[in-house]
Amino acid sequence: MTAMNTRGTEQVVQDKVAAMRHAARPPEGGPGASGLRSRLPGLVVPVGLVVLLACLPLLDLSLPGVLPGATYTPGTLHLLALAMVMAGAALSYHLLFGVAGLLSFGHALYFGLGAYGLGIVMEGLGLGLVPAAVLVLVVGLVMATLLGAVSLQVTGIPFAMVTLAFAQAGFVLVRKNPGKLTGGEEGLRLPTDYVPDWLVGVADTRNLYWVALAALVLAFAVVTWVQRSRAGHVAEAVRENELRVQVLGMRPFLVKLAIFVAASVIASGMGMVHLLLNSGAVPHTLSAEFTISLLLMVVLGGVGSRWGAVAGAFVYVVLSQRLAVLAQSSAIDDLPAVLRIPLSEPMFILGTIFILVVMFLPGGLAALGLRVRALFSRRAAAPPEDRSGTPGALVQEDDQQR
Amino acid sequence: MSTVILLAVTGVGLGAIYFLVACGLSLIYGLMGVLNFAHGVFLSLGAFLGLEVAQLLGASTWTGFAVSLLVGALAGAVFAAATERILVQRLYNRHIEQVLVTVGLGLAAVALFDGIWGTDPRFPRGPSWLGETTGVAGASIPNVVFIAIVSAAAVLASIVLFLKHTRYGMIIRAGVENRSMVTALGIDVRTAFTLVFTIGGAAAGIGGVLASHHFGYVSPMLGQTLLIFAFIVTVIGGLGSLIGAAVASVLVALLQQFANFYLWGTGDFAVVVLLALVLLTRPSGLMGRKA
Amino acid sequence: MTRAPVPDAVLTVRGLAAHVAGQQVVEHVDLEVAANGVTALLGRNGVGKTSTIKAVMGLIDRAGTIELDGQDIGTLPTHRVAQLGVGYVPEDREVFSALSVSENLRIAERRGHQHRYDLVYDLFPELRQRAGQAAGTLSGGQQQMVSLARALLNDNRVLLVDEPTKGLAPRLVHEVGRALARAAEVVPVLLVEQNLQVVRDLAHHAVVLTGGRSVHHGPAAEFLDDPDLTQRLLGVSTGSERAV
Repeated sequence: MTAMNTRGTEQVVQDKVAAMRHAARPPEGGPGASGLRSRLPGLVVPVGLVVLLACLPLLDLSLPGVLPGATYTPGTLHLLALAMVMAGAALSYHLLFGVAGLLSFGHALYFGLGAYGLGIVMEGLGLGLVPAAVLVLVVGLVMATLLGAVSLQVTGIPFAMVTLAFAQAGFVLVRKNPGKLTGGEEGLRLPTDYVPDWLVGVADTRNLYWVALAALVLAFAVVTWVQRSRAGHVAEAVRENELRVQVLGMRPFLVKLAIFVAASVIASGMGMVHLLLNSGAVPHTLSAEFTISLLLMVVLGGVGSRWGAVAGAFVYVVLSQRLAVLAQSSAIDDLPAVLRIPLSEPMFILGTIFILVVMFLPGGLAALGLRVRALFSRRAAAPPEDRSGTPGALVQEDDQQR
Repeated sequence: MSTVILLAVTGVGLGAIYFLVACGLSLIYGLMGVLNFAHGVFLSLGAFLGLEVAQLLGASTWTGFAVSLLVGALAGAVFAAATERILVQRLYNRHIEQVLVTVGLGLAAVALFDGIWGTDPRFPRGPSWLGETTGVAGASIPNVVFIAIVSAAAVLASIVLFLKHTRYGMIIRAGVENRSMVTALGIDVRTAFTLVFTIGGAAAGIGGVLASHHFGYVSPMLGQTLLIFAFIVTVIGGLGSLIGAAVASVLVALLQQFANFYLWGTGDFAVVVLLALVLLTRPSGLMGRKA
Repeated sequence: MTRAPVPDAVLTVRGLAAHVAGQQVVEHVDLEVAANGVTALLGRNGVGKTSTIKAVMGLIDRAGTIELDGQDIGTLPTHRVAQLGVGYVPEDREVFSALSVSENLRIAERRGHQHRYDLVYDLFPELRQRAGQAAGTLSGGQQQMVSLARALLNDNRVLLVDEPTKGLAPRLVHEVGRALARAAEVVPVLLVEQNLQVVRDLAHHAVVLTGGRSVHHGPAAEFLDDPDLTQRLLGVSTGSERAV
């Protein structure tokens, strides 16, 4: 590294520090000033969306082809609730991948820990839902700290492999059914005795839906908070240049660990809601495929974008459900085998879409949204075409090349 | 004593299969910095097509078996080369996108195999000798283990000879060390990229046919399941090191076998613990270059 | 800005800018490499000399015009730039340490070129003796010989040589200087060099960079003899320059 780079580095570090100081300041203008008013339009859409989602179970809306039935029906509510749980999990993955640039293939471990842990703790210790949930979150926190500390010994692709291996160990464990705790391949059933009645049964899908919505809103808030915290800013700086942050006298390892733990705990929380929603947990929630589906959602939505992660999760969940229904339809059944076989496999179609997005739409749905907005906007600033928004630009690599 | 020998020899046999998957992964990672998540589907495709061809030619004949190995290698090689040319190469030097594309391909291909061959496992048959056992110092070793060991050793030897004694081998060795300097000498490394994918795919395809006999079944998920162990092997052996992959394959498989037998079926955990230990003490793997 | 035209330049760079990891490392560099002899690329540490060379090779993102014998090579991938006859001797030698010395040379052989093993072994007889030794086990000076030899082996149009004497003992500095002088008889050289005595011995022209921009072009000796200029642009008073 030449001195030129070092000098440039110092400059960038100063900029970063300035940016962090700026971020740490209260909103400009203070409360009641024009600052608040200018922030209001930004809040209108999200709040409106949450209100709309919250009202859906009380409304009779239909979206043929997208939703299986009217919005008040249990089937539709379950699908939407599942999408919200996955959106929360995808948000936690966004924190890892989109913010800290950590490509994990073992994030499912913490989701599964939440789902299985809650069930096992309630059943095994006879705890009520809330104390059990708190205990599981603490366990998740401890485990994420320990395993994160080991995994973060390496970065880039080796980190991906190591997290994969740890999750795989968990996956094997729940399938082995040690001490008849996890139910093996069959999975674990929700111990309904310890769950409040209003959260049990198909008739109460509405309540579960609202719980899922609340969990998603909470996850969004926490992820936003973490991202805007000092740790979030430093993590982004680490992602861009670890050396730079070391120059600043900060410990990149601790910051990355903090983000890793935060993401893991959020995933555990969403795993718990998943247990309630599906009245059980299955080994699949700890599998590499599950982590990959989170990765898929984040990339589909646009890496680095919170709304993208949420949108990606909704698209993924709804699409995989609809494609599975489509696969059974006569329209597909009558096709020749060359078309029928691929079209009747939802994962084939999703995998192909994913490949196409990575290759031709690097910013995902978020970039698409920006482009559409730019079309309608009078300011019409062309979306930046540089690679800074693409997945690869975000991940730190152990580049063996000089 | 015979149990120890049985576990040791079958462990080496399992290691041979891990190596057939891991050698390609390690070469690809070493040269291109790409973690190939589609590597398992090269193996599965090799296994399925090998099985189909063997059935066509008579599964219980040696000809059928030999041709199935050949077809497996060919299927893996062609699929891998196409993957590199059509998907990976377009994302030249964008490693994370390259990984993501292989992830997508892995998902899509497994689903496609599900559609073509069904999700239920299929059971290959081979020459009757393969299903028999041979006594070694009192232990009855399944013959398929010997075939796996010999095949893996042959693959290792061929790759080493290729790397040592051909111009492309030299380019690959140099590229693993310093890719940009290779290009600065006027060499288009993309040809070498396609080549390592092809070699890796062929080895995985052979591994697929052998794995189907070793485990007694083929399913669309077979490759992806083995892939995870192959990942662990490549990390332990040192990313990019062929010999490291060979040593780690055998080490991991032996540990797994013995822990499964003597430590109450904890083989998979023992492997993950070994991985954690290696990472904590030697983050670049047993034979990896120091970072 | 001072500027003296370079007659029949082999390599012409206009308005070169370059980026590494989104950071601008070269802002605006103009330079010409004369069709014969050594052109020195000078400047304090970190002004973008190495980056300029890497940008010409296409090893980092670049913009601007780069012409080799009038042909635009500014958008070509690295291997094409090299194939067209740009030889590269990188700052840290970058020999392939796992390959033997002879393999390091053989990998550099380009098709359609004559391979000047005679010249290489004449300049560095040691390389012949150590043909089978892994390049990683060589000393720094020997590695520099391998790196130079790789570039000299082919019939290049121009050589880009980045700090070849860095970290070498005085005796080896002298030897490398001698080799470069011989090389410059057959191929024009763009040389980045901190050792001003080496520059004085070899270079006819000099281009000086400051902050990613080229600010001075002219005869090397004239520049080095101007204490004010060297003090301002290199931070070195040539009056106190040590004799080597």
